[in-house]
Amino acid sequence: MPVAKMVGSNRIVQGGGIVHVLGDPDLPQEEEKKLRHDILKRAFEALQHTAEHG
Amino acid sequence: MRVIYYLNQFFGGRGGEEAAHLAPHIQDGAVGPGRLFEQILGAGAQVVRTIVVGDNYAAEHVESLNALAVQEVQQCQADLFVAGPCFEAGRYGMAAGTLCKAVKASLGVPVITGMAVENPGVDMYRSDIYIVDSGTQVQAMRDALTTMARLAWKLINHQAVGRPREEGYIPQGMLRDDFVEPSAAERLVAMVYAKTIGQPFESEFISPTFSPVPAPAPVVDLSKARVALVTDGGLVPKGNPDKISPYAATNWGAYDISGLDDLHGEDYEVSHRGYDTRYVEQDPDRLVPVDVLRELEQAGVVGKLHDCFVSTSGLANPIANSRRLGREIAEKLKAEGVEAVILTST
Repeated sequence: MPVAKMVGSNRIVQGGGIVHVLGDPDLPQEEEKKLRHDILKRAFEALQHTAEHG
Repeated sequence: MRVIYYLNQFFGGRGGEEAAHLAPHIQDGAVGPGRLFEQILGAGAQVVRTIVVGDNYAAEHVESLNALAVQEVQQCQADLFVAGPCFEAGRYGMAAGTLCKAVKASLGVPVITGMAVENPGVDMYRSDIYIVDSGTQVQAMRDALTTMARLAWKLINHQAVGRPREEGYIPQGMLRDDFVEPSAAERLVAMVYAKTIGQPFESEFISPTFSPVPAPAPVVDLSKARVALVTDGGLVPKGNPDKISPYAATNWGAYDISGLDDLHGEDYEVSHRGYDTRYVEQDPDRLVPVDVLRELEQAGVVGKLHDCFVSTSGLANPIANSRRLGREIAEKLKAEGVEAVILTST
């Protein structure tokens, strides 16, 4: 997150961790997939909204 | 004075991009820019050997090329190793940088090269060697060589090298301690005063700045949009066919996922040395979420999942290089009708 903000990315969504951006190996498979869905849902919401710079 | 000169395939007169795979060609005497450099250097200086290598070959054979350069310098008892000037050519700049660094480190022989400030070779090697600011225009060849020659003489004669601006080399990112009369407080006030009244001033330290990127307009209708997956986490097909480097990657790859609804660990590997790659190797969807994107596509939430995902490694990647990679990837995806991208970053 800090690097993405520093370089001026407009739409940033926090993932599940550096080594598993869209996952969490501590979760059972089904729940991990649900987590992936949730993160991507937020990503798509960001894509459909006007982003403010900064 | 004996000089060994390194050139890429283009400046070595062997051809353009189509000759980028050229293996090292070594010949006695000067070639192309080397001839001009020899003249400018004067005082009986002689380019005794010229090494010409294709840019792609150089990128793929760094270690053996370093060894070759060191060997040539040693065998010829050269007093100076020169590469370039490379201007904006990125692969050339990276090659010139690594070779100069290797020769200097192994033999302590003076080395000199030249590049444009934006050349990825600059960020990588500027603190190891002197890189003359050649600018971007090849027409400035003579000026670049003149500056390189002047600096080369200083190095050979063990003379003190002045500040970047005086000598014409790119700042090495080094802060040098200097004793000066005015105290830091006095210098600071002088700078603020100059800035306030609109006079020029020179900062003693420049931190990197990022120019604002205007946000693209939002996706109008996601259910009709073509979405692509891009990552800087270095996920590549097993065998890394495009030889994407795990750090300071200078290329990206596009990998077919049409018809796939899941990525399997056994088909992929990760070329990135900046994070623990186990979890992504177990399940690549944790980095490139093909599984969920395919479900969203089938459910009609997303119009279409693009037929390929694009990957490179973001580790230790100079900004100028990353910008170039980003531009190239964006151009490709735009040409293929992609309207939105999910970029996953480690």
